[in-house]
Amino acid sequence: MSGLREALARGEFVITGEVAPPHGTDCSAMLASVAKLAPVCHAINVTDNQGATLHISSIAASRLLVDSGCNCEPIFQQTCRDRNRLALQGDLLGAWALGLENVLLVSGDDPRGGDHTQAKGVFDLDSTLLMEVATGLNAGVDMTGAALDGATDFLIGGALFPEVEPWEIQLDRALQKVEAGAMFFQTQGITDVEKFARAAEALRPTGVKLIAGIVLLKSPGVIRFINERLPGMMIPEHISDRIAAADDPLEESIRLAREQVRELREIADGVHIMPLGADGAVARILEGAGLA
Amino acid sequence: MIITKPRDWQRILANLAEVNAKSVFLIGCGECATVADTGGEKELLQAKERLEEAGYSVSGWTVSAVTCHLGGTKLEMRKHAQEVEAADAVLVLTCGAGVQTVAEGVSKPVFPGLESAFLGNVQRHGVFEERCQMCGDCVLDKTGAICPVTTCPKGLLNGPCGGMWNGMCEVLTDRECAHVKISRRLAEQGRGHRSVIPPKDYSAKRNPGSVNMRGRK
Repeated sequence: MSGLREALARGEFVITGEVAPPHGTDCSAMLASVAKLAPVCHAINVTDNQGATLHISSIAASRLLVDSGCNCEPIFQQTCRDRNRLALQGDLLGAWALGLENVLLVSGDDPRGGDHTQAKGVFDLDSTLLMEVATGLNAGVDMTGAALDGATDFLIGGALFPEVEPWEIQLDRALQKVEAGAMFFQTQGITDVEKFARAAEALRPTGVKLIAGIVLLKSPGVIRFINERLPGMMIPEHISDRIAAADDPLEESIRLAREQVRELREIADGVHIMPLGADGAVARILEGAGLA
Repeated sequence: MIITKPRDWQRILANLAEVNAKSVFLIGCGECATVADTGGEKELLQAKERLEEAGYSVSGWTVSAVTCHLGGTKLEMRKHAQEVEAADAVLVLTCGAGVQTVAEGVSKPVFPGLESAFLGNVQRHGVFEERCQMCGDCVLDKTGAICPVTTCPKGLLNGPCGGMWNGMCEVLTDRECAHVKISRRLAEQGRGHRSVIPPKDYSAKRNPGSVNMRGRK
């Protein structure tokens, strides 16, 4: 039974983290991150060729988290970019068979922005359709309606972008995802709690759980990277100025994250902390926000 | 119409070298490649000049009216039979359909002189945009006649994706997100919220496409 599912059902404020599988076979850095994050997280996302760049498969890395001895529950991320509907379903069934119970289903970044720019973006399905597929697998049927010899019981997650305008279109999309089977959302990094509150208010009646994204803005360089390269997020000036003016940007970013977590605690079902390599900061953010 | 682009000239020269060609016959197209300024009379004459500069002789050239039309192109090649016969290879400045049509009509090695790019809308002279991929399973009825399969760079049926920002596309940042456009047009027409478009039937677009309306009883 997914501990994340149980915690969400209990109404506990959940903490999720994130690790990136390596570009190569040496998983030691990823597992070192896991060792730091696992004690303070309910579950850890494992990205799927993030940024359309080559990494160890999310399904394999997710299983490595289970086997890490860190008492760690992965959230297996799956994008629609690299696989057609046969491969997507096959991997979902395989993930379940490997003991992966939490999935985050997303469309995926375009290959043009990655490291294999000549690759064909598959996008046979989009994230909403993939959620419908996972819902079907949970009910014991594949996409064609054929009965499975053994069903899945995934906790199905999706991505939400509360700060992206036009919001009405985002909201429609989120409602479509809920209808397709999304049980929780993890959001892109939040910089404006009021916009998160707007999303929470609109989605609350559906019962979907909302885990608010917190990106550790540990340096002006990270902020530049986010503004130039990271889809669906822009850091407003008052925040970038604050980090730029700080004597110790990392410490300032931890203070900022603590403030955000404290505010979000009142309106979110949890936080998804993206430490961008500063894994040790996660426990400090949570302690400072009164959560650890 | 079919939009074509110039092909890497070095690849063309390499192709001709593969068959030890000394003499080349050139053929273009009076339809799409003429409109695209890639395979009309002007471009054929330019290609002739470049080939001659590179040491080839050009035995002749012609612009077939509609090069992908087998009957017409065979007739055109017959009109130029002596010039084709005198050539070691034929270079075709049309889309890939035209190249293959020409190759059915002659026994000489036939090489592509252009790259076929897409089925294009002519926005104005010299400006072409891809709006349809001929997927065989049209969704324009559900999308306010804006194709997400083609105009969303990811081809997502249901969107926007997470990269949209202020209504703009993540991949082609100077363009409005196709899904934002769709939602707005549907709203403007009072057609309400978008429903989820089901997975596409890709069996409708299996290669090679074939239509025969002359089936015998």
